[in-house]
Amino acid sequence: MGKYLLKRLAQVPLVLLILITTTFFMMRFAPGGPFSGEKKMDESIRLKLEQKYGLDKSLPVQYFSFMADLVFRGDLGPSFKNKTKTVNEILAEKFPTSAYLGFLATIFALGLGLSAGVVAGVRQNSGFDYGSMAAAMLGLSLPVFVVGPVFALVLGLYLKILPSAGYDGPFALSYLILPTITLGLPFAARIARLTRAGMLEVINQDYIRTAWAKGLSEKVIVLRHALRGAMLPVVSFLGPGIAAMLTGSIVVEKVFAIPGLGMEFVESAFNRDYTLAMGTVILYGALLVVLNLFVDVIYGFLDPRIRYA
Amino acid sequence: MRSSPSALVALALALTLPALAGDLTQDRTGDLPADWKAKLQPEGDAWKGVEQVFKFNNGTEPETLDLHIMTGVTENRLATALFEGLVSQHPETLDIVPGVAKSWTISADRTVYTFHLRDDAKWTTGDPVTAQDFYDSWERALTPETTCQYGYMFFPIKNSERFYKGELKDFKEVGVRVQDAHTLVVTLTNPCPYFLHLAAFKTLYPVPMAVVKKHGDQWTRPENIVSNGPFRLTEWIANQRIEMVPNEHYWDRKQVKLTKLIAYAYTDPETSYKLFQQEQMDWCTTIPTPKVDEIKRMADYYAQPYLGSYFYRFNVEKAPFDDVRVRRALCMGFDREVITRDLLKGGQIPAGYFCPKMLGYEAPPGLRYDRDAARKLLADAGFPGGKGFPTIDLLYNTQDSHKQVAEAIARQWKENLGITVSLRNNEWKVYLAEVDKRNFNLARGGWIGDYVDPNTFLDLFMTGGGNNNTGWGNAKYDELIRGAAATGDQKERFKLFYQAEKILVEDEVPIIPIYIYVNQGLLAEKVAGWYENVLDHHTYQYIWIESLE
Repeated sequence: MGKYLLKRLAQVPLVLLILITTTFFMMRFAPGGPFSGEKKMDESIRLKLEQKYGLDKSLPVQYFSFMADLVFRGDLGPSFKNKTKTVNEILAEKFPTSAYLGFLATIFALGLGLSAGVVAGVRQNSGFDYGSMAAAMLGLSLPVFVVGPVFALVLGLYLKILPSAGYDGPFALSYLILPTITLGLPFAARIARLTRAGMLEVINQDYIRTAWAKGLSEKVIVLRHALRGAMLPVVSFLGPGIAAMLTGSIVVEKVFAIPGLGMEFVESAFNRDYTLAMGTVILYGALLVVLNLFVDVIYGFLDPRIRYA
Repeated sequence: MRSSPSALVALALALTLPALAGDLTQDRTGDLPADWKAKLQPEGDAWKGVEQVFKFNNGTEPETLDLHIMTGVTENRLATALFEGLVSQHPETLDIVPGVAKSWTISADRTVYTFHLRDDAKWTTGDPVTAQDFYDSWERALTPETTCQYGYMFFPIKNSERFYKGELKDFKEVGVRVQDAHTLVVTLTNPCPYFLHLAAFKTLYPVPMAVVKKHGDQWTRPENIVSNGPFRLTEWIANQRIEMVPNEHYWDRKQVKLTKLIAYAYTDPETSYKLFQQEQMDWCTTIPTPKVDEIKRMADYYAQPYLGSYFYRFNVEKAPFDDVRVRRALCMGFDREVITRDLLKGGQIPAGYFCPKMLGYEAPPGLRYDRDAARKLLADAGFPGGKGFPTIDLLYNTQDSHKQVAEAIARQWKENLGITVSLRNNEWKVYLAEVDKRNFNLARGGWIGDYVDPNTFLDLFMTGGGNNNTGWGNAKYDELIRGAAATGDQKERFKLFYQAEKILVEDEVPIIPIYIYVNQGLLAEKVAGWYENVLDHHTYQYIWIESLE
């Protein structure tokens, strides 16, 4: 187990190095630059700006100085677009909002998905099974850019129950309900389906039959014995799933005007804000890699058949 | 020194010239009716019972509040609230009105401006705004290391261009001089009738140099910023909102009726529209274009002509557009009305000319839609009925409305002239690079004027100009534009501009003008003292919230 973990841990920096390097050079080879605009700026001013941001140096020099700053000082440099802030500041400012929303959405998705999946699995072919799986299918196939605006329109504008957009800090929950549901719904649907499938597979196995034979209650059988096995596919989905929710949905952030990192991710690429784009890619990349590693480790604990030698 | 024109002259000017008019070469102090401000006051006291908070959507997060670094409309809307220049603009007519300078005089040869600063102009710290502040600010703006992109707004000032380009090291040689703490003397190279309009531009506003020196790039952060305008910054929550309250030290404090000004940073016009419908927003600076039909029916909707021109560039160095007959044929081969009336529907003005109407300048009409004449021109050029015409590409930046316009024009060219155009869209920065490299046959362009003078449009197409991007150049055109820059007489200048534009849009046609922009938005009925104008420039000290009972 320890050896496996070490091996996986060693892979993390390697994966990130490849990611950073590829992104760095792809960004630089994209046409245009951070200082191009409809009104072309004076040549001498452009040169001064390039000097200021170190863009006048050769690409390899820029690459190594970027890497040195990153590795030794954790410094991602100044943003090109937001003239008074560093990339570190922007990430520190925006990521918590995205992560908080992602966290709420994860709780929502797990709560709804697991309970619906378990009940549907246990009561296979019942009305609830058909109903919830049909709903899950709908949740999976409806894109968030449809669900979000419909929620905002119906609950926000027509019924005036909840604000249709905006954000006012982590404690103003009324602003967060619609974004949380919109973001969490497809994941809940996915989790429900996976849980149900896992449940069906497990429920007919010998050890469950043994448990029935021992005269255990349905509650104990389902929650203590069956669920653990049924969770496996869910757990492997949770790695990328949570990463996707934590890093925020660009669409959800846009629809509900949530000031998170998702928007910065897209905008920075369009603006050729090299440093901010690198910062978001590194943060997202690291999250994805680490969460997947985490899932692999948890997997070992949940599935008695998997033993890391 | 010229004396102030009499009130009679002022009245005559006001009566005879359209809203934006006025001979700017005159000493303007006292030029406006003495009671101009009284006309901008509420009637009665009903408004006093209403909460004076004005909320608007600023469209995005400002890049900076540094007056010398900012370039965009978003930043401008905040600069107007937080800072004030030597002169300001009338909220409705955009006429020059006193700002930090209470009066000014202009020398007989119209090259020396002497600004008399008011004693009670103060920074938010309570310190006076002095002539030295302007001198130091302008030095900072023009110092190449500051990387001020709008440095060219100073260029009419003697030697400013040379200093900006690093050819001149001593700022003392630039035409700015502090005569005493409250007198600033500015010397121009040539008479420049729009100089006061430049002085009303944000790049020429003063920055608090002591704060700039102390905090460097970070002087504009809420905890550091010091400003001299009607409002001061109190809160800045990134990507959410910026809050401002009246600056108690502002010299015209009694004019400011709002108690709070909130600028939101919603990037999606749809979001801002929704909040407007929920009465959480008083002013939407843009509207979601797919909903234009629905929004146009609302009483709160407004559409004002805007100082911007939408056009296509020809690449005149590549066949077939090296032939002026072909260029003219394409320019005449489609109906602009179809674009503005049936497609965009926002009140855009179909235009065969490039420079919007302003200050009494009226552009030549340009080439009109004439299918038969266009076909004949094309036939003369060797492409009868479009036969043998190569497939050309039309480049635009990825955006729905650009696509629709391009499709509509291409369809008309196909029907009218028998030529095929392939549309090519690129993401913004790629599009800019392609236009710059002139890697196109036809490319979409847009130009927004920096100040109210035809020069800001017409100097674009001077030979080798940085934003020309057509490959076209014409000695006569250049001469006319230069001639206009050297003339102080507004009538004479406009005549020269007219002749130049005639070459541009009727004879040589390196561009296809399409329409003049409008600015569309939503303004809540309760908002008063907000006026439509071609610069979409709004001064918040004149705004108040009216009681609707």
